[in-house]
Amino acid sequence: MSTAKQEKEPLFSPKNKKLLTSPINLNNPITVQVLGICSALAVTAKLKPAFVMAVSVVVVTALANVIISMLRNGIPPRIRIIVQLVVIAALVILVDQVLKAFVYDVSKQLSVFVGLIITNCIIMGRLEAFAMGNKVWPSLLDGIGNGLGYGLILLIVGFVRELFGSGTLWGYNVIPAGAFEIGYMNNGFMILPPMALIIVGIIIWIQRSKNPELFEEN
Amino acid sequence: MQEIFNIFVKSIFVDNMVFAYFLGMCSYLAVSKTVQTSVGLGIAVIFVLGITVPVDYLLNDYVLKPGALVWLDSGLADVDLSFLSFIVFIAIIASMVQLVEMIVEKFSPALYSSLGIFLPLIAVNCAILGGSLFMQEREYQTLAQATSFGLGSGVGWFLAIVGIAAIREKIRYSNVPAPLRGLGITFIITGLMGIAFMSFLGIKL
Repeated sequence: MSTAKQEKEPLFSPKNKKLLTSPINLNNPITVQVLGICSALAVTAKLKPAFVMAVSVVVVTALANVIISMLRNGIPPRIRIIVQLVVIAALVILVDQVLKAFVYDVSKQLSVFVGLIITNCIIMGRLEAFAMGNKVWPSLLDGIGNGLGYGLILLIVGFVRELFGSGTLWGYNVIPAGAFEIGYMNNGFMILPPMALIIVGIIIWIQRSKNPELFEEN
Repeated sequence: MQEIFNIFVKSIFVDNMVFAYFLGMCSYLAVSKTVQTSVGLGIAVIFVLGITVPVDYLLNDYVLKPGALVWLDSGLADVDLSFLSFIVFIAIIASMVQLVEMIVEKFSPALYSSLGIFLPLIAVNCAILGGSLFMQEREYQTLAQATSFGLGSGVGWFLAIVGIAAIREKIRYSNVPAPLRGLGITFIITGLMGIAFMSFLGIKL
């Protein structure tokens, strides 16, 4: 490689900034790339588990991207999937142990879904599509960006479901008692699993009607 | 015997992998465009779940659980390897998928060509890892129970993906609002199917 090419890019050049911000809206992993839906929906009945899950995924995507990007020239292409799985699984074990140590009750609520971060397609997808071919710093930004895009949808769904389903946010009552007296009721349906799907469907609807370039054929 | 049958029916309808736990959604959304391919993927999932859940059950029972290593040496009674379960399960799943692929290719080329590309995809299907993790969390007592849970979850997943594929084939002729086309409407239909499946919750098993 010529030395002229290695000129140092500023850390937050426009290109790098785009890596961080584009997954949050136009290239969102859940609503546009359709990756990692499984865990996104199951943990969103309340805001708190959704937030913990979002943070865990940001940490795992960012670190996995960094590690794979450092190793990318040493991994034989034929066994790359196994290598990626092992790196992800090791990181998820760390996250799981940390959650068990510091937020045990949330870790119980998340149950198997912490383990399922391993097969969360966002992480595999980013490793395969980005970290295998890019330097460490852009990979870190890409990992954080995709984790945040995923986390954003989780928080929106968790917010809507907890607010309308239980009348609370983060466990605190937010609907004034007076509202219940004049006949307001919590919508128990919001707590049930199918509503998560319908809410994501509506988020997609809103996002696409604002960005016509995302329209699909039937 | 009745217990085993109950677990089987329960894991198909009440604890359906897709509608109750959203597992395997990625391939569920990506491959459900036509009925034919979704049948292929569905069968592959039944197959792999029916093999990996019992294998992981044995591993969990004889290696990973706290005190599981007693059969090796009584001094190992308080060894707890359960923190390793994620990495062991995913390794078993990846190698089982590879093994199943080789066996099917050798003994039944017809089935192999119809399952085709779906077998390797399954290694990263969360329904498979989820099956093993639920098996561990729910502490099934015998190998037969774990097997019927694995097979039942597979059948439930199969039903879900074939159902959505059939609906998506029909919906192509409807006038869906443009921003909702494709992904959006599929999510909403899956939600409605989930509501329908919730009627099974009333069954006492």
